[in-house]
Amino acid sequence: MIYDVAIIGGGIVGACIARELSKYKGQFCIIEKADDVACGTSKANSGIVHAGFDAKPGTLMAKLNVEGAAMYPELAKSLHFDYKNNGSLVIGFNDDDMEHIKKLYERGQANGVPALRVIDGEELHKLEPSVSEEACGALLAESAGIVSPYMATWAFAENAVMNGVKLFRETEVHGIEKTSDGLFTIHTGKSDIQAKCVVNAAGLYADQISAMAGARDFVIKPRRGEYYLLDNKCASLASHTLFQTPDKMGKGVLVTPTVDGNILSGPTAADGDDKTATETTAAGQDEVFIKSGKTIPDIPRRNIINSFAGVRALAYNADGTPVNDFIIEEDSEVRGFVNVAGICSPGLTAAPAIGLYVADIIEKIRVAKWEKNPDFVGVRKGIESFKDADDERRAQLIEENPLYGRIICRCEMITEGEIVAAIKSPVGAVDLDGVKRRTRAGMGRCQSGFCSPRVTEILSRELSIPMTDVRKNGGCSYILTGKTR
Amino acid sequence: MELKYDIVVIGGGPAGMAAAIAAKKAGTDSILILERDTRIGGILLQCIHNGFGLHYFGEELTGPEYAARFSDEVEQLGIEYKTDTMVLEVEKGEGSHSVTAINTVDGLMKITAKAVVLATGCRERTRGALIIPGTRPAGIFTAGAAQRFVNIDGYMPGRKVVILGSGDIGLIMARRLTLEGAEVKLVCEVMPFSSGLRRNIVQCVENFNIPLKFSHTIVKIHGKERVEGVTVAAVDSNRKPIAGTEEFIECDTLLLSVGLIPENEIASGCKIAIDSATSGPVVNEHMQSSVPGIFACGNTVHVHDLVDFVTAESLRAGENAAKYVQGKITANGEKIILRPGNRVRYTVPQYIESRTQDGNVSIMFRVTDVYKDVYLEVSSGNEVLKSVRKKVVRPGEMQVVELAPDQIKSASGDITVSIQLPQEVAE
Amino acid sequence: MMENTIEKIPLTCIICPMGCSMEVTVETDASGHKKVTGVKDNGCKRGEQYAAKELQNPTRTLTTTIKVEGGVLPVVPVKTAGEVPKASLLQCMEVVRRASCKAPVKRGDILLYDLLGTGINVIACADVAKV
Repeated sequence: MIYDVAIIGGGIVGACIARELSKYKGQFCIIEKADDVACGTSKANSGIVHAGFDAKPGTLMAKLNVEGAAMYPELAKSLHFDYKNNGSLVIGFNDDDMEHIKKLYERGQANGVPALRVIDGEELHKLEPSVSEEACGALLAESAGIVSPYMATWAFAENAVMNGVKLFRETEVHGIEKTSDGLFTIHTGKSDIQAKCVVNAAGLYADQISAMAGARDFVIKPRRGEYYLLDNKCASLASHTLFQTPDKMGKGVLVTPTVDGNILSGPTAADGDDKTATETTAAGQDEVFIKSGKTIPDIPRRNIINSFAGVRALAYNADGTPVNDFIIEEDSEVRGFVNVAGICSPGLTAAPAIGLYVADIIEKIRVAKWEKNPDFVGVRKGIESFKDADDERRAQLIEENPLYGRIICRCEMITEGEIVAAIKSPVGAVDLDGVKRRTRAGMGRCQSGFCSPRVTEILSRELSIPMTDVRKNGGCSYILTGKTR
Repeated sequence: MELKYDIVVIGGGPAGMAAAIAAKKAGTDSILILERDTRIGGILLQCIHNGFGLHYFGEELTGPEYAARFSDEVEQLGIEYKTDTMVLEVEKGEGSHSVTAINTVDGLMKITAKAVVLATGCRERTRGALIIPGTRPAGIFTAGAAQRFVNIDGYMPGRKVVILGSGDIGLIMARRLTLEGAEVKLVCEVMPFSSGLRRNIVQCVENFNIPLKFSHTIVKIHGKERVEGVTVAAVDSNRKPIAGTEEFIECDTLLLSVGLIPENEIASGCKIAIDSATSGPVVNEHMQSSVPGIFACGNTVHVHDLVDFVTAESLRAGENAAKYVQGKITANGEKIILRPGNRVRYTVPQYIESRTQDGNVSIMFRVTDVYKDVYLEVSSGNEVLKSVRKKVVRPGEMQVVELAPDQIKSASGDITVSIQLPQEVAE
Repeated sequence: MMENTIEKIPLTCIICPMGCSMEVTVETDASGHKKVTGVKDNGCKRGEQYAAKELQNPTRTLTTTIKVEGGVLPVVPVKTAGEVPKASLLQCMEVVRRASCKAPVKRGDILLYDLLGTGINVIACADVAKV
């Protein structure tokens, strides 16, 4: 099998590109080194669909941010993932802040951001009563939204797979060769994969992939960001995504509702060398908590249910200067190799637009126009939520599928029916975190204390593997070490 | 599906079973127990160690044996129960309440109940709530979840274990895992004393030469995919880690035994008054909540140490639920508030409904710290109703004091339960 | 003639959840033989008996699980029907690990006789029905 396009990386970017390509005739594949999609930066970020006033005008970031943001509402409906158009507020506490906010407004205008305006303290506090009394005004961006980044990634990847894209999991790329006939041979830990075009959407490792192909020399440096998550009983603290302006403490943190009804705050920004460093720290957690207190005083720390860290990819040129934009281009030397690198914020927002942009690039590479895939189905039915249904529908769900009558995750009211569906779906869960990312089982107050033994049993049963083979998130993350008898 | 019962008991553990049994014996027949697990018995089913029942049965039983005494009686009395059934919510009403529950066989059920008994137990505090820094690998378990894997499913959670928290569950699991061949390298406790029973310190930790460090906590978890170790540090009197005392301990498993919290999702949902000191419903001497006809008992009201006390409290709740259904409970408006005084963290019940009582009223409470040679004082206004000398009182050991009807009747206002030092006791 | 040495040792009684902190007077004679000559601060008589026993021949109840074949549960909780020497607990576990029983199991069934020659049986603490 010679693929027309092989996409290296199964994060939100790779998934969006794959889904876009699957609209056309051809053989496409995603090569993902982890055991699931959305295992890198895509699962641990702020989940914000940015309005687009922050990106520098004239950059790809700005263009694709605004385009992507406009695409989310429709895609969320057709691909069945949670998205909420909750709007965002950049909050100012003094004259300097308001000056900065004015500049953001102007930048937003230049970028073509819709529904953007500066509001005063009175209107701000009407919209957000919990915001500090010290706040004196804000930039209101009504086109901003929140999304579950891993649910979205899964939805795009699954729709791509439903439309013929092949997903290689646990397949790490070790080398890329271009043979004299112009074909790429991708050497992986499993088998070799041949493709006419290669898309490098490898996130934190995009620099290594580019180097393997002998393409553009750039460096991806990791920036670790810590977050904390509040119990959903604190949901009324914020309805818009609340940003801060930079102050002498550095870049602020956001406080945002999530689509799941929690409050999320973060991120910090710790630059380092270790791309795999996703640990939280006492200092980082204190930093997020203290900074979030500027926006919403008296956040109850005892209501924190979880903390996590994500690593984002910042691109630098070979000479060490920051690129400060997305790198999305066919390589000048290695034809047919497309770099999609340095996709840090607003990467999640831009991803659907990146899909279109890259499809265009490849069309030019092929020289021939894309032909529509007649079997393409652009709609995906996700997993119906028991919790969100009314009593009548709940009764029906249980009748249709008795497994909907057994609650597994009591904190989030997730049933066995949903968990089994998550495992059996076209891009199904293969471990506990995969079940968690698809159903939310384990994300509630007790953080999987109650449901993890049960989810482990269900995974063992549905995947026909022994309990001791069930993992938390790929690799050697086994839950149990052996039988007692 | 619509059902109707006089009493619905939510939870089929020791609390729920005792409540149902008492209600039946008190003359109400129409009772339904709703249990989310596949059998009734509750958390006792996985507590395979002994130490249960010394007070109530005069014998030392294992958890499953204690549970069986009650589940046998539930069967003998013909009390109905549904297993594998989860209650989604309780809607309070006038005269009756509506319980929504589901299971795979009956589907969605709406059950009308004249009285509801909440016996939903408690949950474990999590790593997330403690904000322990580090990575998020596999191999981190709450002690109860690990206990379930070992004792019910027959699986080991790990081979080299560090346990955070010296509460009873952590101590019990230290012994259990050692007996099953794991190496328990350390039990680490942030307080300067254990909240668990001293007998467990001896028979679970000392007898197996497992290191136990007080005033220590875990400051970092290591390991990308599976736990590889933890960093432990000493803490100061404010429980803050002391820089320079960090020590890395290699292990593949971290067990958390860092506190139990009453499970009151359903209680919150039907707007029952919750006591912030216990995190459980405010109840009176009938174990009735702030909502008429909704009773509560067991760990959902306050976390117990001894199941025998759960049983006593739950028998009371069930009997009163039956009396309520039979119209025999009336409020005569002579409410007396019970207040936690010096060195007392909370009391259950939080108030006494009636100044006129037929029998003694048991007040359960916990103290705020370890105190030796003190006086347990129950007073109202300036009058001391009762004073009992106590050699030692500990936060980890629930205390009980009984008030006689004449003592309650003579109270001039609120009744305060306190621990007084000898020099504070009035002449 | 040498005087016997007398020490006062703190000992927590583990007979019941009270866990009385007792003070035990131990007398050691010339040949090294120890004897409990006094117990203080025990809440009940059993504490005295425990102190003497713990010094001479400490024993414990073992609670664990035994594999079940053909049952609705994979293991059944069990206990020793009496106390076994404390020093033999890990050895007892070796025996228990190799044992198994067939469902149905009834509470009280003897699943292992005379564990490690102690004369103590291992009995089931719960019922396990057949699949």
